[in-house]
Amino acid sequence: MSATVEIAGVGIHPFGRFDDESVVELGASAVRAALADAGISGGGFQAAYCGTVYSGVAAGHKVLTSLGLTGIPILNVEAGCASGAAALDLGVGAIRAGRYDCVLVFGMEKMPRGIIRSSFFEPWREEAGLAVTPAYFALRAQRLMVESGVTREILAAVSVKNHRNGVANPIAMFRKEFSIEQVLGSKMVCDPLTLFMLCSPNEGAAAVVLRRGDGSGTKVAASALRSHLPGSVLGEHTPLSGLVDDSAPPPSTLAARAAYEEAGLGPEDLDFCEVQDTDSARELNSYEELGLCSPGAAGGFFAAGHTQMSGAIPVNPSGGLLSKGEPLGASGLGQVIELHQQLRGESGSRQIAGARVGLAHTVGRGANASVVILER
Amino acid sequence: MVRHVREHLFRARDDGSARLVGGTCASCGRVHFPAAEVCPYCSNESCGEVELGPRGFLWLYTSVLRAPPGYRGAVPFGFGIVDLEEGLRVVTRLTESDVTKLSPGQPMRLVVDLLHTDDDGEEVSTFAFAPEAPS
Repeated sequence: MSATVEIAGVGIHPFGRFDDESVVELGASAVRAALADAGISGGGFQAAYCGTVYSGVAAGHKVLTSLGLTGIPILNVEAGCASGAAALDLGVGAIRAGRYDCVLVFGMEKMPRGIIRSSFFEPWREEAGLAVTPAYFALRAQRLMVESGVTREILAAVSVKNHRNGVANPIAMFRKEFSIEQVLGSKMVCDPLTLFMLCSPNEGAAAVVLRRGDGSGTKVAASALRSHLPGSVLGEHTPLSGLVDDSAPPPSTLAARAAYEEAGLGPEDLDFCEVQDTDSARELNSYEELGLCSPGAAGGFFAAGHTQMSGAIPVNPSGGLLSKGEPLGASGLGQVIELHQQLRGESGSRQIAGARVGLAHTVGRGANASVVILER
Repeated sequence: MVRHVREHLFRARDDGSARLVGGTCASCGRVHFPAAEVCPYCSNESCGEVELGPRGFLWLYTSVLRAPPGYRGAVPFGFGIVDLEEGLRVVTRLTESDVTKLSPGQPMRLVVDLLHTDDDGEEVSTFAFAPEAPS
């Protein structure tokens, strides 16, 4: 039987814009906090995994060099929006396999400003105007409107919910409530998505110390990472042309199925979720992909209030990426830290009473999707 | 001279219509676009070429209002996904950028669309789908 993995400590640098801090400083800040929280400020972890996308060569090494904590294996991990979760997955696997007793997982990012040019797209696709990330999000939103009973008002209301939740989160970038009218009236980006329905790429860092379980920490019940299957066309792996095959499950569904099986739990066992709300529609996609509701039911499921803080399964109690912003390497670990704090009853005014099981979900370019389930 | 935005992507016909250059796999029989030597579905290494289009049906669409990175053409422009009769969904430029003039499922026709004139004075073209004119 493989070892149980627990979270021994966490640390986070707020998400936002920090012109006076380098990405290495952001990472070091989160790492120091996590090591202190785990009671191992002087080191004592046997390997380190760093998730980041835009930080350049050996970014994780630079962070640990600045703290005098090198010598152990350091792996830099890129998996798009799932980079932090992919780093966590490696750490969890290494402890389970018995290779290490204690590892450090961290992620950090300083996202470029403005419309981000991504090497994901081939040059001809850029020249042809097909390298338009928010346009793909808009197509997904329109699909939900055609197939899942989603309206523009529901898209706006998802943003309203997450911004309201984020007001109570000290690490969020936007701690401000908006009305449905304000969200609908914000600048049109790509119909039907307006500016306030999209998250902001930004900066931040998060770190988690994992150790072989002794029963005192939050248990990592599951960690799963998946990519896309051939055949689908409207996923994070676009721009591809694909066969009309709506039966091909998206990577988030693949990761969720694997995670539920690993944890011996199902969606009905979850007390709350943190999901990838790159845009309002993306959160609604997650309801269906993670099995919180049946396919085609996301609009009604949201409208019934189930995912509000007062509902049966609050989604994005942290405020989600819509209020925190999205520093790619750190965002997935930020979700895991939210889960850990909720399960320990440390979430203050946004605490979900009696939370025992939480799920964190990221999905992004690659495609990559991750699902992590924590249990107290 | 007109330069295609990518070679081996589409062909313009004298009658003004166009075809996409896709691939077809001798092993699994599935089609893909753009054409590739290795089948993206079954990894078979000997794919043939097949022309796709010009008819399709609009699945999803939006309008791009600001020029994305690397794009030098006019804005706004239409962007969407078209179902081809060959069973493939193609991510594509649309000649119509006003979403109120588009609807899901409407018949579309493949055309060649000019993007911009590059630094060498050469016009650059790409494939696009246009709403089928009512007959």
